[in-house]
Amino acid sequence: MEHLELFFKSIFIDNMVFATFLGMCSYLAVSKKVSTAVGLGAAVIFVLAITVPLNWLLDQYILQPGALSWLGEEYASYDLSFLSFIMFIATIATMVQLVEIVVEKFSPSLYNSLGIFLPLIAVNCAILGGSLFMQSREIASLGLALNYGIGSGIGWFLAILAIAAIREKIRYSAVPPALRGLGITFIITGLMAIGFMSFGGMLTGGDDGAEKEDKAATIKVIKEDLKDDAKAKADLELADNTNK
Amino acid sequence: MGKDSRLILDPLTDNNPITIQVLGICSALAITAELEASIVMSISVLFVMGVGNVVISLMRNIIPSKIRIIAQLIVVATLVIIVDLVLKAFAYELSKTLSVFVGLIITNCIIMGRFEAFALGNGPWRSFLDGIGNALGYGIILVIVGFFRELLGSGTLLGIQVLGDPIEKTGLYSIGYENNGFMLLSPMALIVVGIIIWIQRTRNKDLIED
Repeated sequence: MEHLELFFKSIFIDNMVFATFLGMCSYLAVSKKVSTAVGLGAAVIFVLAITVPLNWLLDQYILQPGALSWLGEEYASYDLSFLSFIMFIATIATMVQLVEIVVEKFSPSLYNSLGIFLPLIAVNCAILGGSLFMQSREIASLGLALNYGIGSGIGWFLAILAIAAIREKIRYSAVPPALRGLGITFIITGLMAIGFMSFGGMLTGGDDGAEKEDKAATIKVIKEDLKDDAKAKADLELADNTNK
Repeated sequence: MGKDSRLILDPLTDNNPITIQVLGICSALAITAELEASIVMSISVLFVMGVGNVVISLMRNIIPSKIRIIAQLIVVATLVIIVDLVLKAFAYELSKTLSVFVGLIITNCIIMGRFEAFALGNGPWRSFLDGIGNALGYGIILVIVGFFRELLGSGTLLGIQVLGDPIEKTGLYSIGYENNGFMLLSPMALIVVGIIIWIQRTRNKDLIED
């Protein structure tokens, strides 16, 4: 259930393009034709599925505060998290090169369709963004990290596929000259993002739960503040009542 | 001298990195709900681009072209770590607002794009000017978008209420004006940039795509 929830959340609710604007540059530059958009989208899914779990391992066992404790007691106090940018981007750049070499060697046909996009991907914000969001959202396990990588990759794929199809059709419409090309693409993407916002209601059940937890936590804090104050006893009861 | 000043002035208008070259869109859109965040982001990019362009330009003859992308990424990542640590130390709240988007300066296409297109082929001083010019061109769009989103969305500028108090109903609010909360949502950033592009291309017909 947790997996399914994260999967749909990363595709629709936290869609990389429409909710967080990651990978906008290649999204705008390579969406003129559906066929190239599919190629780039597939490459993004592929690379995200590899780099997010890899960076999760890196984060968990090297970078987090105290992550080095598996080396021995004296390393437990180390905090290398300031290195995460440089480690993540180095991992991504090397993995992209590695994937390119492996794909070229074993599947020339796949290389012909994906290959030209792979170098582009090393500097695609969607890839680094995937890893950074994985870190800041504190994804709990390796399986979930893989899930998150694939899910957000599919979300990006859907977005670029949709805009490429729209741009192919819009060529036959009478767009105001000054908006042609880039301008209208921006505005369409904005409208699509408004549409995607409605997916936000999909998992509201979970959000309500989180809000309740927040409330309970603030009440707890209030309680602790007033503990020693005799006058506050009445307030405490009031807080208890609202809690119930 | 005239040529050098063009390096700074061109990116501000007719060769703007965001609206014409289509580079560095991601961060431009995500953090512009507040003017203050936009300004800090522009300054960060200004620093990274100015210094990064000089460093790459100095190293341009010793980087083998096959591994140049990794070399460039390492240079940018180092500079971005500096920016991130400085922000965390002196403006912690703001660095929380910017969250991962400080890290995403690394993959900001403007920076890589200018390294590739300019710093690898020009001397340090010209590269520096080019970096500053492009970062300013980027910043100007960020500030414009941030200005309108904050003003129309929450009626404030840099956190100061300029249109009166919405709860006490003073200023503009006394005659029935309401904040448009929609401006604070992410889709409006795209539409605002779209409108800027529209205005710019209406004024300069040469930029129109066919």
